[in-house]
Amino acid sequence: MIKLFSLKQQKKDGEPTQKVGNQKKASAAQLRITKDLNELNLPKTCSTEFPDPDDLLSFKLVICPDEGFYRGGKFTFSFKVGPNYPHEPPKVKCETQVYHPNIDLEGNVCLNILREDWKPVLTVNSIVYGLQYLFLEPNPEDPLNKEAAEVLQNNRRVFEQNVQKAMRGGNVGNVYFERCLK
Amino acid sequence: MGSPMTVSDQPHSGRWNHLKKLLERSGPFCHPDFEPSSETLNFIMNSCKILVIGAGGLGCELLKNLALMGFQQMHVIDMDIIDLSNLNRQFLFRRNDIGSSKAEVAAKFINARVPGCNVVPHFCKIQDFDSDFYRQFHVVVCGLDSIVARRWMNGMLISLLQYNEDGELDQSSLIPMVDGGTEGFKGNARVILPGVSACIDCTLDLYPPQVTYPLCTIANTPRLPEHCIEYVKIIQWSKENPFDCPIDGDDPTHINWIYEKAQERANQFNIVGLSYRLVQGVVKNIIPAVASTNAVIAAACASEVFKLATSCCLPLNNYMVFNDVDGIYTYSYEAEKKSDCIVCSNKPKIYVLENGGIKLKRFIEDLCENQAYQMKNPGITASIDGKNRTLYMSQVKSIEERTRENLNKTLDELGLRSGSQLFVADVTNPNTIILELKYTNSNGMLTD
Repeated sequence: MIKLFSLKQQKKDGEPTQKVGNQKKASAAQLRITKDLNELNLPKTCSTEFPDPDDLLSFKLVICPDEGFYRGGKFTFSFKVGPNYPHEPPKVKCETQVYHPNIDLEGNVCLNILREDWKPVLTVNSIVYGLQYLFLEPNPEDPLNKEAAEVLQNNRRVFEQNVQKAMRGGNVGNVYFERCLK
Repeated sequence: MGSPMTVSDQPHSGRWNHLKKLLERSGPFCHPDFEPSSETLNFIMNSCKILVIGAGGLGCELLKNLALMGFQQMHVIDMDIIDLSNLNRQFLFRRNDIGSSKAEVAAKFINARVPGCNVVPHFCKIQDFDSDFYRQFHVVVCGLDSIVARRWMNGMLISLLQYNEDGELDQSSLIPMVDGGTEGFKGNARVILPGVSACIDCTLDLYPPQVTYPLCTIANTPRLPEHCIEYVKIIQWSKENPFDCPIDGDDPTHINWIYEKAQERANQFNIVGLSYRLVQGVVKNIIPAVASTNAVIAAACASEVFKLATSCCLPLNNYMVFNDVDGIYTYSYEAEKKSDCIVCSNKPKIYVLENGGIKLKRFIEDLCENQAYQMKNPGITASIDGKNRTLYMSQVKSIEERTRENLNKTLDELGLRSGSQLFVADVTNPNTIILELKYTNSNGMLTD
């Protein structure tokens, strides 16, 4: 065990005991996101956009599915990584209006690893794959957009047509969707 | 009770006798290096600077305990104001103080009540101060109700650590952190020697995970009153934006609105058990506070501060739990330092260069070729003049394109100097490592 203050050193306001460069050190979130991004291995359907490359805590992910109901569409998600990352998941919102059982019209995304099943060992990569999976396998069991989920459950054909209609830009029911084809 | 009482300015001569017994005599439980001396009392009274974080349930107890133990140079930080519901246990506050700053009222009370004591209040967030402020203290003691604030403080004290070129810790840069926490009838007290013993982030798994409900349950199949409150909080608030601002848990009109909407939703799904208090609890994540638990934990923390400051006794090693839900149970154990802790295991490695004239490209090549590093595709960020900068990252296309031009700039041109820290991520290492630049041949203008 070390003995502290053996010198009973005097400490004074604003006068550092030692001259140290006036630099802010990186936060744990910053160190971890640097690691996550350096090891990002995006599927070919995905790309990232960094509005400010110096700010790694806020970026966009663009997914262009090449199969499934959403083939040909282009969907943008915003990622906000908080100071508590990786102990809390990033906040992810869908910025493209999409007709999807697990994404509501405000852009909230129902993906287990974004909320209740998040663990610090998961990475940005895990979320990317999770989001991509949502487009390949929309899950009507866990709906956020209940109408879309019901249609998917009752008639896949109609659901497919609705997705197409929404992606081309148009009304599904009384909701208008903006065009989001690539 | 009225205003604080004032003890005569000339307290009786035996005021510190009880401390002198501990500080001027040796004994079997003393720290091995302890030297009995009358200087020690002088040190804790006049030189030793203590920072108390939080002036709430634990903070009031801590300030009172420390002041009565002879500590006279204290600062206290608290961003909160006094609420009616605090008065049952935060005994430095009176009804007239409601709405005033906790830190300011607490400091005023202690200074008036304990002769010679000089508590300096700061009515702000801990994040409002930088490392120069925190470096002035000998010991930091926390009475916080937030894990985020604890982690921030922990990270700050770890960032103050200085290592020499052999990677040895410079002990004069170490500021111990004593941390108390309570939740109902349970509590803990711990001593953290940053860089030496387990830090807050080493033992993060001790904190209960935040309760989150699946979004789809909240949206479609609510079963609990909490689900209804969460629905209003997460979905309905942003949709209807009733007050054109984010939710303020301290604003009764906000809580009332949430309560009303949650009640409507609860009725719709035949859910019972919703109450105003539950809404407040869920929105603000309130944990009930028990005065006696605070007193026990604060007493333990204050003793630890005293032991650390005087070396009269070995400090707690290093984690004490306390539980008096049913009878009394207490136990101490040594929480282990995590060898891969992202916060405290990450001591900077010194990277020696002649000067900053080398190009970033060459620097990266060296990280790959150098026997000591042998990296594959390092991604490098840095903190330059307090701002995060991404220097180069080859793996992310959109970042690579915009940082490529940095490759042909020298470290000087990028704003790096001797003492600057680089954060380097690479597949060969599970964590981002910190490299601290050291120029052997600098002309003094580039260094600090």
